[in-house]
Amino acid sequence: MPAVSKGDGMRGLAVFISDIRNCKSKEAEIKRINKELANIRSKFKGDKALDGYSKKKYVCKLLFIFLLGHDIDFGHMEAVNLLSSNKYTEKQIGYLFISVLVNSNSELIRLINNAIKNDLASRNPTFMCLALHCIANVGSREMGEAFAADIPRILVAGDSMDSVKQSAALCLLRLYKASPDLVPMGEWTARVVHLLNDQHMGVVTAAVSLITCLCKKNPDDFKTCVSLAVSRLSRIVSSASTDLQDYTYYFVPAPWLSVKLLRLLQCYPPPEDAAVKGRLVECLETVLNKAQEPPKSKKVQHSNAKNAILFETISLIIHYDSEPNLLVRACNQLGQFLQHRETNLRYLALESMCTLASSEFSHEAVKTHIETVINALKTERDVSVRQRAVDLLYAMCDRSNAPQIVAEMLSYLETADYSIREEIVLKVAILAEKYAVDYTWYVDTILNLIRIAGDYVSEEVWYRVIQIVINRDDVQGYAAKTVFEALQAPACHENLVKVGGYILGEFGNLIAGDPRSSPLIQFHLLHSKFHLCSVPTRALLLSTYIKFVNLFPEVKPTIQDVLRSDSQLRNADVELQQRAVEYLRLSTVASTDILATVLEEMPPFPERESSILAKLKKKKGPGTVTDLEDTKRDRSVDVNGGPEPAPASTSAVSTPSPSADLLGLGAAPTAPAGPPPSSGGSGLLVDVFSDSASVVAPLAPGSEDNFARFVCKNNGVLFENQLLQIGLKSEFRQNLGRMFIFYGNKTSTQFLNFTPTLICSDDLQPNLNLQTKPVDPTVEGGAQVQQVVNIECVSDFTEAPVLNIQFRYGGTFQNVSVQLPITLNKFFQPTEMASQDFFQRWKQLSNPQQEVQNIFKAKHPMDTEVTKAKIIGFGSALLEEVDPNPANFVGAGIIHTKTTQIGCLLRLEPNLQAQMYRLTLRTSKEAVSQRLCELLSAQF
Amino acid sequence: MPAGFPPHSTTASLPQHGDRGFPFAAAAAAAAGQAPPRPRPAAAMQFMLLFSRQGKLRLQKWYVPLSDKEKKKITRELVQTVLARKPKMCSFLEWRDLKIVYKRYASLYFCCAIEDQDNELITLEIIHRYVELLDKYFGSVCELDIIFNFEKAYFILDEFLLGGEVQETSKKNVLKAIEQADLLQEVSDPPTSASQSAGITGVSHRIQPIFMSLIGESKCREKSIG
Repeated sequence: MPAVSKGDGMRGLAVFISDIRNCKSKEAEIKRINKELANIRSKFKGDKALDGYSKKKYVCKLLFIFLLGHDIDFGHMEAVNLLSSNKYTEKQIGYLFISVLVNSNSELIRLINNAIKNDLASRNPTFMCLALHCIANVGSREMGEAFAADIPRILVAGDSMDSVKQSAALCLLRLYKASPDLVPMGEWTARVVHLLNDQHMGVVTAAVSLITCLCKKNPDDFKTCVSLAVSRLSRIVSSASTDLQDYTYYFVPAPWLSVKLLRLLQCYPPPEDAAVKGRLVECLETVLNKAQEPPKSKKVQHSNAKNAILFETISLIIHYDSEPNLLVRACNQLGQFLQHRETNLRYLALESMCTLASSEFSHEAVKTHIETVINALKTERDVSVRQRAVDLLYAMCDRSNAPQIVAEMLSYLETADYSIREEIVLKVAILAEKYAVDYTWYVDTILNLIRIAGDYVSEEVWYRVIQIVINRDDVQGYAAKTVFEALQAPACHENLVKVGGYILGEFGNLIAGDPRSSPLIQFHLLHSKFHLCSVPTRALLLSTYIKFVNLFPEVKPTIQDVLRSDSQLRNADVELQQRAVEYLRLSTVASTDILATVLEEMPPFPERESSILAKLKKKKGPGTVTDLEDTKRDRSVDVNGGPEPAPASTSAVSTPSPSADLLGLGAAPTAPAGPPPSSGGSGLLVDVFSDSASVVAPLAPGSEDNFARFVCKNNGVLFENQLLQIGLKSEFRQNLGRMFIFYGNKTSTQFLNFTPTLICSDDLQPNLNLQTKPVDPTVEGGAQVQQVVNIECVSDFTEAPVLNIQFRYGGTFQNVSVQLPITLNKFFQPTEMASQDFFQRWKQLSNPQQEVQNIFKAKHPMDTEVTKAKIIGFGSALLEEVDPNPANFVGAGIIHTKTTQIGCLLRLEPNLQAQMYRLTLRTSKEAVSQRLCELLSAQF
Repeated sequence: MPAGFPPHSTTASLPQHGDRGFPFAAAAAAAAGQAPPRPRPAAAMQFMLLFSRQGKLRLQKWYVPLSDKEKKKITRELVQTVLARKPKMCSFLEWRDLKIVYKRYASLYFCCAIEDQDNELITLEIIHRYVELLDKYFGSVCELDIIFNFEKAYFILDEFLLGGEVQETSKKNVLKAIEQADLLQEVSDPPTSASQSAGITGVSHRIQPIFMSLIGESKCREKSIG
């Protein structure tokens, strides 16, 4: 007999589900559902009180309708009612409904929390588990606030049942992930670690997950878990396949627990204690040995469970990266999997090997599998596996095998899936550059790349090839010859025209001696592509033509004819027209000397991080690529300088020096460069080629919020983006203060011209003195610089100073502005006083201008302790037993400025029902009351 | 800090730090050349979906807070992606920044989303263990059992997985918990089962047990097919 018929069936529900399944069309289904919704609504609204069973049935129907994908906007109340039923099934359905249809309706949350509270206190383990499951499923902040403090107690209580402990552990984990600040650490943490020794394997399994998450933030608190985890793991690994009874899964002892323990160990460095480490290494070896044993079962579940542990073991070995012997063994094991008949294992082996390739101990071992990986690239039928193979080839590439790998990737590119082409192009471009011994090979590779997958070659890639050719004079002649030949093809990609146009414009003279590539032939070849190209490419070609005028005076008349033609001079595109007019004029007015100066050869690009690498990092997320690159850099000496990318709009033009000669040209516009930026005149060239952005960036988004957070605290992170982190530490005494600003470079590249500036508005300047010294203009990758600001408050003030930071990162100019949290309340000194004194002074300040009051809605949950902390953080003293109503908060302090001292009294009255506050401030100065009131109101 | 300073902020979430090493010691360590232990995020399952070959969603369990709209979008996208895959392809795929682990049992696809660092194979076995639990509870489970007793499918899942983490891996313990709960139920309710209720409306569904020959050890399956 099937277990379902144990007597909980709801006939009405079954009929309804059958009806829905029998609906022939979507319309019929919607009609049936609407009918049912109307029915349920009337039942819920009806005068007759529903019994528990009906309520359960209807709630369950609603749930079913919701899960079909329809919206449900009622029934929550009935579900909440079910929570307090003493019948288990009704309670259970109620909880299920709540878990699936969470609603942040505050009224309801309170009721739900009440029901949960009752069940948690019920000491009935089944009810407790239901309640814990519900908290874990919803995991909202409100629930965290209500229960985060109780659950640790349940977790470590001696009398909690095992099943309750399990649920409590995972419930706490969920709350911690959602809002870590709500879970208080305490003496329970030590006891949680000891759950690793628990008799019950299920409790250990749940506890490991919790510890793995908690120990990330507080590694020291949980340090002891390492030795406990090792001994637990060792017991499991060495147990016979039947020792663990029901925790053995297809002859594999406790696979889930093993994987979790191995993962926990990856949160820590290798154990320092030799005995523990020895035991652990023994475990890892045992796992590797077991992989070689014949399988105990032919079932895929057996091999999956066994290999899950094996892969996690290998992850741990890679994480430690200190046992060459184990690393090589791991690599050999993965090598076997590369040819396994299970696609899943091949996929995982390729993936794991990628990380192994970056370890110096196993890099060579990984390389031995190159043929297999190349074969995978050609034969795998699943694109995700092929993608892994590409990744691995990229990771295992070094100088010895680069030509082979690049060739294979290029040939794969011809048939590769469109989704991964761009990434392969980037990888080929990087490898070709990085491991090029012979730059002719590099040029060939990139041109091939453009030929095969021109559409996927991004700007960065072709900029890069030009930078390299310009920086290395040994390859320039070859490059000119090769692009000339490549351009002969009847159909060639526009990217090739760009590269060809640029290179011939710079180095066409190197091949002009050959009658087959005489200047005129070069020009006609390029010009034959002109009409097929987009505007930016045409613009580039026009620049090439003017360079030709300089390089080859004999083609000048031909080129002038072209420039003079209506299609150029009257081109609808303003950029093309401008170039044609300017270049034509330049070619007629300027003497050869001036032409030669203006159109001088491009100077070498300064060395920078490869822009393509930056792009790949951006594409793949910084973690993966950086690791690979950093380790590789140690092994290989960089041969080529990494020039910086030319600015897009001007990439086509030689850098003209803004010389007097040029200005002397008279009426002719002076800039052969791209679209002129907003400023004009002789400053134009300077503007294009430098970052003279003296403009202050608008405030960074989110800076308001960060600013508000610092009103009640002095230390923390003020600003953070992908490049830069700004941390603050400050201290204030009376009217003086000192602020330490920490600028951290989060990238691996230098910041140049790093200039932080403090800006006080005209209103602020007389009231606040800020003094600081400039910082070093270069910030190394990963480094941090510190700046000290001395602060003096002269008089009360409202605005905050602005911190503007400008620097160069890679090729780009960065400009960030944030408000510096120096606020009036920082100059508070708390004053303790008795109730009597307080009210006496309160009355003295009864002048209407002296009082400011604000009534506002609570933006954060209303918590007494938090409020107290904030008032103290704000700087005033918190006076206990002053206000007759104990729920109210009263504070007093003195604002110190250089010129005067301002006494200040405050009173905050929370109204829990309305979720409102009333804040009243009385000071001897109206502006001060006003400003303090604004600042403090924003905190609650 | 000199005496007499206002005792500023005591909020618990404040980053505590000394004068040195703040604010990112890890980056500094990286620059200094010591490989910092690569942080492995506490990975967990993000969500689990069960859908039929026709793309009908049969069960959804979300372990991360998402809006209904996002859930629907994800479901639609994933169902399409997974259904388009061929049988011999690998059971893992990268999707957005997550990994999808899926497996097909008869007419049903079981599909889990895990984080990048998670163990794919063990997730595959999580799916299998869940199928085993359903099978044991319903007695050769078929898609109809999950449709008609969806609430049970959720209860069993909650006993097995909580907050995206494995709670109890012992089949015996999970089923014991569910059966104990069943014993608490009222006897007065009229009993039904999937096959019966299908009979009520006189519609015959082709009921294909999810398992068929996928796990061989049990004999009860043959009984149900026969």
